Amino acid sequence: MKKNSSPPEPPKAMSASPKVVSSRYILKLYIAGQSPKSVNAIVNIKKICEENLRGRYELDVIDLYQQPQLAQGEQIIAIPTLIRKLPPPLRRIIGDLSDTEKVLMGLEIRKKA
Amino acid sequence: MTKLKPAAISKPAAKVRSISRSRPQLPKAPTGIQGLDEITGGGLPKGRPTLICGGAGCGKTLLAMEFLVRGATQYNEPGVFMSFEETAQDLTQNVVSLGFDLKGLAARKKIVLDHVYVERSEIEESGEYDLEGLFIRLGAAIDAIGAKRVVLDTIETLFAGLPDPAILRAELRRLFRWLKDKGVTAVITGERGEGTLTRQGLEEYVSDCVIVLDHRVSEQTSSRRLRVVKYRGSTHGTNEYPFLIDEDGISVLPVTSLSLDHKASSERISSGVARLDAMLGGKGYYRGSSVLVSGTAGTGKSSLAAHFADAACRRGERVLYFSFEESPDQIMRNMRSIGIDLQPCVKKGLLQIYADRPSSAGLETHLALKHKLIDDFKPQVVIMDPLNSFVIGDNQIEVKSMLMRLVDFLKTRQITGLFTNLAQSGNPLEQTDVAISSVIDTWLLLKDIDSGGERNRCLSILKSRGMAHSNQIREFLLTDRGVELRDVYVGPEGVLTGSARLTKEAEKEATLLVHDQEVELRRIELERKRTTLEAQVAMLRAEFAVQEVASLTIIDQEKAEKAQLAQGLVDMGLIRKVDAKPNKQKGGSK
Repeated sequence: MKKNSSPPEPPKAMSASPKVVSSRYILKLYIAGQSPKSVNAIVNIKKICEENLRGRYELDVIDLYQQPQLAQGEQIIAIPTLIRKLPPPLRRIIGDLSDTEKVLMGLEIRKKA
Repeated sequence: MTKLKPAAISKPAAKVRSISRSRPQLPKAPTGIQGLDEITGGGLPKGRPTLICGGAGCGKTLLAMEFLVRGATQYNEPGVFMSFEETAQDLTQNVVSLGFDLKGLAARKKIVLDHVYVERSEIEESGEYDLEGLFIRLGAAIDAIGAKRVVLDTIETLFAGLPDPAILRAELRRLFRWLKDKGVTAVITGERGEGTLTRQGLEEYVSDCVIVLDHRVSEQTSSRRLRVVKYRGSTHGTNEYPFLIDEDGISVLPVTSLSLDHKASSERISSGVARLDAMLGGKGYYRGSSVLVSGTAGTGKSSLAAHFADAACRRGERVLYFSFEESPDQIMRNMRSIGIDLQPCVKKGLLQIYADRPSSAGLETHLALKHKLIDDFKPQVVIMDPLNSFVIGDNQIEVKSMLMRLVDFLKTRQITGLFTNLAQSGNPLEQTDVAISSVIDTWLLLKDIDSGGERNRCLSILKSRGMAHSNQIREFLLTDRGVELRDVYVGPEGVLTGSARLTKEAEKEATLLVHDQEVELRRIELERKRTTLEAQVAMLRAEFAVQEVASLTIIDQEKAEKAQLAQGLVDMGLIRKVDAKPNKQKGGSK
């Protein structure tokens, strides 16, 4: 049995220090080839990051067509999926990220009003 | 033969759906699950998705898993199990008890287990999405081992985990089409919804084959059933079939599809009671026939059954004894008291006593269980003691249908079945509670005759198909050497049994003795008369002889006198010098 088929560890188990809240963001965007949704998502997230997290983010774009085995490990079902690895807790946003407000809230860059 | 009342019986033959095997048909992927392939005519539609739905705990996941494991181990078709609920670890542990080694199969690249984890609270939606990730994931798993079979268990969970059902529906539709294009045989499980087969109406998308599982409880006993609701492009059994989940996995029993075309053996087997064999045309029961022993409480039904079991074991045949009222130990102890020792038969493995309460499971489950046991043990004789304990409350019709199917099943296997039936006192004896008399070939009736302050058992044959059987009532005795049958006394007072019979027999004997003595007396009298008569005859003869002698003497004397007289005259004449004229002598002689 493969280890990575078990659910990811609960986010709380990750090491977290209080100061990272406004610090570095590590984001991973999972896409599938050149589908319109994937292309839109890349454009949208890049724009959001540049506008809100300039200089303190890291964005990986992973094409599952190239690395299909990653889908199981990261529990990816929907495409596109954006995962916030850091800061904890782990967050997932699915969709082409066209709703900027929801993305910002989802990434907890902007607190809910 | 006794003509039976035409009980309203739906012949099982009417339920038969022949599953044609000769014509070319849809390619099928055998499930390897006992009975299911029979119902579906070979398995699930190959290269198409099949929906398996049912309520919680009815065995969907297990059925899907068994389909996959059997495919991997028996048909060399590797498979992917995509679980949306249980983790791979849980799944592996859950099926270990069934002997499925998922770890080993995964290591040998026969099976891929993939747990899809969807947590709604972690997911935010922004804009349109699709399930391409799932496709890629499934595709990667399929390609990794060259899978031919795929299970999605339970994909409906996605509806709880992902937003926007409209997108999901469209994507699922695409998924099933994609699976079809891939050419994999897929099993999709779904939870039963209200008024629909599945909560999200998956049956609208997966419509090649739909199997519904059911786990229902009636009269506080549960039974599992399976029904093939739909199977495009193929005939299939349409009834609800009971199925079992046990240590061998799932077994479905297509018990309702039995036909009436079993062979009838003309071989005869002993009932274990010599006198009873004599009553049954001298040879006993037919092999493969069904025998019913009915009678009121304590009339010796089980004893007859034990005799039969014992006789079968002595012939070296295997006997499966289903007891619904006594434990195996109790049966053996009780039978020992009438001189039947079943212990050696059990030890030799010829006799298996299987005791359980009828209430331990639903009727269908019982039937399925019996089937399985019979299939495993392959007995020549099956005994069920007693049948009517299945009747609980108001389920007579179901019991009847179950027993009929059981009898049919036994007959197709050429197994001789002996059933006992406890007749309720008050009911007519010729009527069983379960009304299966019409499927019974030989029916023995045990009766209590209550007279003269005692109860005595009587046995008679109500019917016995295909043989000349005795019409006599026999007294049925339980001795310490087993069952004995005796002639009853039939006289002007009616049928007498027990001590009344003994008394009557003694009386009869006495009368006979008196009669014999009278005859002897007459014979002696006659002898005496003859002797007397003969004596008289002898005496008369003697008297006659005496008289004869006397008479002869007198005659002789007279002759002599006459001669003397004549001589005297001559002499006188000579003296008187008479002339020689003797003719005138008379007139002038004086």
